[in-house]
Amino acid sequence: MSTILKAQNISKQYRLGLVGTGSLKHDLNRWWHKINGKEDPYLKMGAVNYRDKKATEEYIWALRDINYEVKTGEVLGLIGQNGAGKSTLLKILSRVTSPTTGTIKTKGRIASLLEVGTGFHGELTGRENIYMNGAVLGMTKQEINRKIDEIIDFSGCEMYIDTPIKRYSSGMTVRLGFAVAAHLEPEILVVDEVLAVGDAEFQKKAIGKMQDLSRGQGRTVLFVSHNMASIQSLCTRTIVLENGGMSFGGNTNDAINFYLNSKNSVITENFQDRIDREGNGKLEFIDYSLTDEKNKRLTSLYSGQKVIFKLKCRSRSQNLQNLKVSFTVYKKNGELLATFMSQLTNESFSLKNSNEIIFGCIIEKLPFMGGKYNCSIIVWENENIADYLQNAFEIEVIDGDFFGKGKIVPKSHVSVLVNHHWYLPSNF
Amino acid sequence: MTENEEGWLYEISPKRKIIDLNFKEIWRYRDLLILFVKRNIVTVYKQTILGPLWYFIQPLFTAITFTLVFNNIAKVPTGEIPPFLFNLTGITAWNYFSQCLTGTSNTFKSNAAIFGKVYFPRVIMPLSNVITNLFKFGIQLGVLLIAYLYVLYTGIKVTPNTNLLLFPIYILMMATMGLGLGMIISAFTTKYRDLSVLVGFATSLLLYISAVPYPLAEVQKEMPEYAWIVQYNPLTHIIEGFRYMLLDTGIFSWNSFFYTLAISFGLFFIGLVFFNRTEKNFIDTV
Repeated sequence: MSTILKAQNISKQYRLGLVGTGSLKHDLNRWWHKINGKEDPYLKMGAVNYRDKKATEEYIWALRDINYEVKTGEVLGLIGQNGAGKSTLLKILSRVTSPTTGTIKTKGRIASLLEVGTGFHGELTGRENIYMNGAVLGMTKQEINRKIDEIIDFSGCEMYIDTPIKRYSSGMTVRLGFAVAAHLEPEILVVDEVLAVGDAEFQKKAIGKMQDLSRGQGRTVLFVSHNMASIQSLCTRTIVLENGGMSFGGNTNDAINFYLNSKNSVITENFQDRIDREGNGKLEFIDYSLTDEKNKRLTSLYSGQKVIFKLKCRSRSQNLQNLKVSFTVYKKNGELLATFMSQLTNESFSLKNSNEIIFGCIIEKLPFMGGKYNCSIIVWENENIADYLQNAFEIEVIDGDFFGKGKIVPKSHVSVLVNHHWYLPSNF
Repeated sequence: MTENEEGWLYEISPKRKIIDLNFKEIWRYRDLLILFVKRNIVTVYKQTILGPLWYFIQPLFTAITFTLVFNNIAKVPTGEIPPFLFNLTGITAWNYFSQCLTGTSNTFKSNAAIFGKVYFPRVIMPLSNVITNLFKFGIQLGVLLIAYLYVLYTGIKVTPNTNLLLFPIYILMMATMGLGLGMIISAFTTKYRDLSVLVGFATSLLLYISAVPYPLAEVQKEMPEYAWIVQYNPLTHIIEGFRYMLLDTGIFSWNSFFYTLAISFGLFFIGLVFFNRTEKNFIDTV
């Protein structure tokens, strides 16, 4: 596959604070340097974009030295925290603003969908607005003429199509806007979280359309979202932005892992400080960790991920027999969700010539929906509870593509995901 | 992988040309231009009772007011031309210029929402404004024509002269001057809002030094020491020239004609330069 878009050293500088008399001074200074053939003095300045730190300089690099290439037909995801520079990058790509340094070269026309319904005018009817919005996004009148029926059908607003859109519900306006956008035919489509709008049914339709665009028609899509599930289901490759820089680029699952785990630094809740322990104390929990199979620490998890829960215990004696362990997952409202007990799997362990033991529990596909959960842990020695910690730790799960089929599970239907498949049995 | 380094369609970079008017691109967006013009015309008077009649009312009432104030009270002479027709002619021309100017000078500020989300040649916006105003101008010209015919009907002799052939050039001059000045102002107002405050009252004051409610000859006669302000103002020559060709009154010279033509094109190109400089990054400051 050939490269359709190439970004080299893209940086974008912004000035912090207000635009006022200071900006005139800087403008004059800049101009003075320019006519004397010198470099812009303010380009040398500029702090890294740490949103939550106190500002120390007047200029900030919203993006710094971004390099990447996009291949034809690829769906490239872009993730990062608020203020990491995602939207700035999209703005540069869609030529709304220009980079401070660097170039982007492209072989195809870029259409950007930074919002749905750009150019809509409340006084115009739905039909007129389809033409308006389509033209703003770069379609010609002929193209729209050809697709207008399809667009109206997709929007599901046929009854209102000749009514001014100021009478529309907000959802209908969004549907109409997305319907137009979905029928764009650019070589490269830049999309910013537009899928976050509309009801569940419409979101499904929208995601389906996006998959269609990339897989069916071989279009290149650049997609920004905070929704890990849709990133996972759509993107072939993903870039993680952090404080204006590119901190990871590669396989989508790895990128999501990287992002989720860079988000909050690893918190080690210290079990040793817990005084509300129950049990005879022959064995005590001292730590826990969540890792993937390569032993990499995870701080948040996503549905469908392979996770290993590890529990570390310490004992005063060096030899203990018949050890069993469990942890139980509760919803935030206290409702019991699932339990993982070595009694049930008929596995028991023993401590030999050591004061410490680490138990690991492998979950092939994490069956929980997005949300936060509390976990309680128990260890038994010879059928007696040795240590019991209620609400020992919290886990955070992000909605993921559990079934690996690019479908998002509707939240209202589910509390636990179960792997399954359907078929036609030959007898009843 | 063999990579084709050639064949890049376009490049996004901080570099910019001094004048970046991509006609091919504008042509590709011609449907958008037409739609904007349509939208501007249709939406202004939606949900009004009088609708497009408002296009008539504004120049008519301004002409009546001017006639009352300048001709009946201040006794500004207008020669053989009825003062009302004299004023209406000047106002019709002035309106086109001033609407091009004020519309264009708001380009970036009032379109920030759409400019911030999607790319199309920014110059489409001021162009659509100029074309929309041309449509309004056409209607107001119709009003002028009716007044003209009425005056003829009452037996007063008014005749256009051969300069009428220059009519399209006058329109072009008004449009380019309005566009040019407007683009300069729009470029500065993205960063420094001061100018947008100025534009409103400056255009209404500019009218008085552009020989709209009086003939140029009159100011030369009454205030010879200040007449140069009016005389060097290129707008004066547009208004005077407009009245000259339609009513055969006032002063016309080829010198002032070419002077005005040069200034309007000069302003247009300067405006284009500023506009180009601004359009790439204005969204960061607006």
